[in-house]
Amino acid sequence: MNADPKPGKMSDAELGAAARAATAGGLDLGALSAAVAERAAADGILDLAYSRVDSPLGDLLAASTPAGLVHLGYPNRPLDEQLGALAERISPRIVESPRRLDEVRRELDEYFAGRRRRFGLALDWRLSGGFVRRVLKETARIPFGETRTYGEVATAAGSPRAFRAAGSALGANPIPIVVPCHRVLRSGGGLGGYGGGLDVKRELLALEGVLELSKGTSPDPGRRPRRRHRGSP
Amino acid sequence: MAEASTPTPFQALIDAHAGAVAVFLRGIVPADDVDDVLQETLVAALGAYPRFDGANPRAWLLTIARRKAVDEHRSRARRPDRLAEPDAVAAAGGRDQRGGELWSRVAALPPKQRAAIVLRFALDLRYREVGAALGCSEEAARRNVHEGVRTLRAAEADARLTATSEESPR
Repeated sequence: MNADPKPGKMSDAELGAAARAATAGGLDLGALSAAVAERAAADGILDLAYSRVDSPLGDLLAASTPAGLVHLGYPNRPLDEQLGALAERISPRIVESPRRLDEVRRELDEYFAGRRRRFGLALDWRLSGGFVRRVLKETARIPFGETRTYGEVATAAGSPRAFRAAGSALGANPIPIVVPCHRVLRSGGGLGGYGGGLDVKRELLALEGVLELSKGTSPDPGRRPRRRHRGSP
Repeated sequence: MAEASTPTPFQALIDAHAGAVAVFLRGIVPADDVDDVLQETLVAALGAYPRFDGANPRAWLLTIARRKAVDEHRSRARRPDRLAEPDAVAAAGGRDQRGGELWSRVAALPPKQRAAIVLRFALDLRYREVGAALGCSEEAARRNVHEGVRTLRAAEADARLTATSEESPR
């Protein structure tokens, strides 16, 4: 920018100051995003809404499509990475909207408070297909406080010998907790694996009374969870 | 999207650029309408997002904002009850009086010059990006800014002359 050529005449700096003063103002990004999400949803162009959901396991990332909850992510995976994966696999039309996840937040709160034993949320299964989806749908039928083995879940999904594949299907569960893959264990009673980390799996099993967590000490990962009575799912 | 790159979630564009779009709109639409036009801009951008090529998201959003501001201006012109309202942008001009006067003159510029001035001076954009946001060349953007500044200087000189002659009548 050229400097003011003549004193007393409007300079670029003066114009800049006036422009900044006239256009300054606060912007509440959260409120703006929420308003945009509502208008976009009304227009049918909001493909994904997401929100952080506070939980005893840390901040979860919940995302839903118009069809239902599609993703629930643990904090051990960076938020940007989770949103990037959703953008790639579903749609980049993603807006943060706590309000659109209110129902999910409420049911999770109740679950963690011990007041909810089954979820009534609409689920969007589009992130899984084929055998993986069958395994996850069978897993969704395991009642609160009960467990199954990988083999049992594989059998229920129609492939009795595919217990290893069942394990990796559960590892790819896009909606943990709500689709309770933490209720699937090794046949010997070992915990097996868990996407959110084994500590999280232990905590969930303890919450459901399957496993006792000794306070202050890390429980032995090899310990056998108490096996509950098994009703038909 | 650029090929082989992963698409950016739209929320990231809001986080990074909504502030700049808000500044632009405060400079070119009445204060009462800023929130509404800002939301309309972002909703329209979200709708068009799958077709966006991913290059320069800020200029892309500013282009949409300008279009929405023009739409808003037209619909306001169709509502005679609101025509009588003073331009709130002018009223919002700087805290100090001189800045306020200056900014009321910016509000009176032709729309394209006004938009160019806001992009250049409120957002501190380079002429190339001013052009990208206005849908014109870098050269045309420079011209719009310079013509706007010249008009402002002339108006200021006139005002000073008038003030002087009023203060000391011969």
